[in-house]
Amino acid sequence: MKNICCVVLTLFLTIGGGAWPQNPNHVQAPKEELLINHHLAGAKGGRLIVSEKAEAKTLNPVFALDRPSRRVMRIINADLIHINRSTQRTEPALAKSWTISKDGRHYTLYLRQGLRFSDGAPFNADDVLFSFAVYLDEKVGSPQRDLLVIGAKPISVSRLDLYTVRFDLSQPYAAAERLFDSVAILPRHLLEKPYRNGTLAQAWNLNTNPEQIAGLGPFRFKQYVPGERIVLERNPYYWKADKQGNRLPYLDQVIFLPVASEDAEAIRFQAGETDVISGLSAANFAVLRKTERAGDYVLQDLGPGLEYNFLLLNLNSDTSERLPEIARKQLWFRNLKFRQAISLAIDRAGIVRLAYEGRGTPLWSNVTPGNELWVDTHIAHPPQSIDQARVLLRDAGFTWNGDGQLLDHTGKAVSFSIVASSGNSERLQIANLIRGDLQKLGMQVTVVPLEFRSMIQRILQSHDYEAAMMGLASGDVDPNGEINIWLSDGSTHLWDLGEKKPATPWEAEIDQLMRRQLTVLNQSERKRLYDRVQEIVAEDLPIICVATPHVLVGRKGNLGNFRPAILDDYTLDNVEELFWIPK
Amino acid sequence: MKKRTIKTALATLVALHAIGLFAGFFAPYAPTIEHRDYPYAPPMRIHFADSAGRWHLRPFVYAWLPQSTNFAEYREDTSRRYPLRFFVEKPNSGLVGTLHSHLHLFGVDGNRCFLLGTDGYGRDVLSRVIWGSRISLFAGLIAALLSLAGGVLVGSLAGYYGGLADEFLMRGSDLFLAVPWLYLLLAVRAFLPLQISPVQAFFLVVLVVGMLGWARPARLIRGVVLSARERNYVLAARGFGASDFYLLRKHIFPQVLGVMVTQAALLIPQYILAEITLSFFGLGIGEPVASWGNMLASLQQYFVLTSYWWMMSPALMLIPVAWAYSVISRSLIEQPHAFFNRH
Repeated sequence: MKNICCVVLTLFLTIGGGAWPQNPNHVQAPKEELLINHHLAGAKGGRLIVSEKAEAKTLNPVFALDRPSRRVMRIINADLIHINRSTQRTEPALAKSWTISKDGRHYTLYLRQGLRFSDGAPFNADDVLFSFAVYLDEKVGSPQRDLLVIGAKPISVSRLDLYTVRFDLSQPYAAAERLFDSVAILPRHLLEKPYRNGTLAQAWNLNTNPEQIAGLGPFRFKQYVPGERIVLERNPYYWKADKQGNRLPYLDQVIFLPVASEDAEAIRFQAGETDVISGLSAANFAVLRKTERAGDYVLQDLGPGLEYNFLLLNLNSDTSERLPEIARKQLWFRNLKFRQAISLAIDRAGIVRLAYEGRGTPLWSNVTPGNELWVDTHIAHPPQSIDQARVLLRDAGFTWNGDGQLLDHTGKAVSFSIVASSGNSERLQIANLIRGDLQKLGMQVTVVPLEFRSMIQRILQSHDYEAAMMGLASGDVDPNGEINIWLSDGSTHLWDLGEKKPATPWEAEIDQLMRRQLTVLNQSERKRLYDRVQEIVAEDLPIICVATPHVLVGRKGNLGNFRPAILDDYTLDNVEELFWIPK
Repeated sequence: MKKRTIKTALATLVALHAIGLFAGFFAPYAPTIEHRDYPYAPPMRIHFADSAGRWHLRPFVYAWLPQSTNFAEYREDTSRRYPLRFFVEKPNSGLVGTLHSHLHLFGVDGNRCFLLGTDGYGRDVLSRVIWGSRISLFAGLIAALLSLAGGVLVGSLAGYYGGLADEFLMRGSDLFLAVPWLYLLLAVRAFLPLQISPVQAFFLVVLVVGMLGWARPARLIRGVVLSARERNYVLAARGFGASDFYLLRKHIFPQVLGVMVTQAALLIPQYILAEITLSFFGLGIGEPVASWGNMLASLQQYFVLTSYWWMMSPALMLIPVAWAYSVISRSLIEQPHAFFNRH
């Protein structure tokens, strides 16, 4: 991946009236502390058209869960500390700097002074306090709350002065500053009333008058045409500027178009109707590549992203009475040698070649090579070996009959089904390729395409499945974002949900390692602990990791400052810097 | 219609069904064999002249050389010719149960042979079209027989006995006719279990398609039975004390036969399409078994549709099938005596 380092310096700068709109109601506002990027240049004007796989449902950052809504909101709002998608490290945003106490429990954030929301109202510590009060309020029920509760206690926030805020954690939490990323700071002057009235959930929907919506992001909401588009216009009060002191963003408008499918997205991009595309499949990437020159667009393969695809075997312990047939098969799944044999039989190179058309990377553990800060490069990459897999199965007491079918110790044929989401053709193909590989071991595997929601319902709730082909991608490189998957009592501990205590010694070890890395503040020590977790995943195979697709994006030929990254949302993180290169 | 056209249509159908039945012999590969180094390989060209311009009596192919630069890009390796041979012996591995054969109609020695290219798994499309015809053609055939049997039963009961039975059965068939069949198929298939073996899936599809289609033939047959029942010779036979069963078998059923055969010729292609539609939507016969419908399902993806034209070959195969059945059904309507000259 290209690591484009963007050096951002914070400087104090005063911009006089005249060139930029000033709200006459706030004459006594302190001087404005803009964030100046001394390496940035661009030209003003133009609009950017972006497609989305579905229409955004809301503009309310407190409740938004769906990807399209969050994508729009990330542009309308700003966070205190931001993770730079290119460098994968934190950088100042609304907080110009911060200090951490020695015990790692107290964070003091110094806010930029003189900033304004997109409606011209001033921003200060009260807005930060209000925002966190809303996110942490149990009655509000924001999905963000989970992230801000550390060691069963919510973060406490206090105001030191008008531009200084202190966050206190109940226990040390490694890389806590990463938590502030994407937590939108809300305008107290607009949302306090609905919050007090208990009508916050209805506030800021797509039909709200744009004047009632304000944020600190580079663009502000202008218009919503149902089923057709969401129009954002530049925020004249945005707090970043380029090397010449020009206030960002460069673009006048950003327009989101909902389209029906990934294919439709690719077609519209190919036709020149949209300017940026992300989340391309390898197949559509290849189609677009054919007309790349004539179509005046540029495609980029950013290398492996954070998504890891894996075969999940049902190891849930609550199946014995409800689902006896699955419980019978779990005797195989719980056998480590059986899982190792499956892992050895999988043709990962073939999967990458066929399902990802070569634009993917084989995986043997959960962290992809795209996550350069955290990947354990010492994990073994054993190649496919049907012979070794057969030896393992024989050692585990399995035999073969005359037709080559694999039999367990009771003489029953080994057969199971793999569920996969019918909407994801790549994952479905991976499941089918694995079916072919396991057939070579004499296992009779059927692939069952299921609608995504019913598959997730089976995996997370009813546990009525035998094996599943799944993929996960964390929004951040830091392991803390995935802690609920790895802890045995985690809410998304996929392979065995609802464990009272770790069912196996290696799960106990993962618990211990994950809990320890959470509180250790030394980065190299955290890395050492998380390396061990990756090794356990590779050796004890709670999930059998298979491959990661590359992140594939595209842009119009003359779009400048385009810096895509392997972190969500890949292309628009620096939307304020994008500009049209004059032809 | 010319007799020759009808004969050609009949011969086409017989040939297609025979190829499907003996797929193990006609197809160069088993339908599930994956050549994972050759995804989306284009159809191999059959040459008579080699790269140096020399002519050869025996046609030959060149091997595909995958290009490392791009996915699914190949060029012909002209360094060696692979002559096409007929009646080659090859073990047909990876297939259990059905009529499989060690003898194949054609093949090449020492190389792979993809005359219709390969799919995304590197499986030979020609072999899959041939194996798939067994599923798709016979699913239509069996389903049509099923719904005709249902139609004859309901139609003759309603037509012969009339009265309350007629009312009840015909209003029932109206109900079936009023339902949009595609949605009904989808609903019925979705209601059934998902985890079933391919063989079970085949019979399930046949059953679903066949059982939902009895209403139209039932109405027709009822009409024929109704008119036959009132014929003088039937009334005479009844007067002589013939039993209901005797009358149905001896006098009425021969009248119905013509309608049945015509109906069959109309229904079979419809049901072939129904199976293909179901499999196209992922509700019919699933991977890795080949059927024309699930082969065509991959065309739902933009890149397959635009880049790999040979993936449409199952759709091309439908043309001779649909043509032959339409010729036969038309000639049955226009010249029934050419087929039923006994009456």
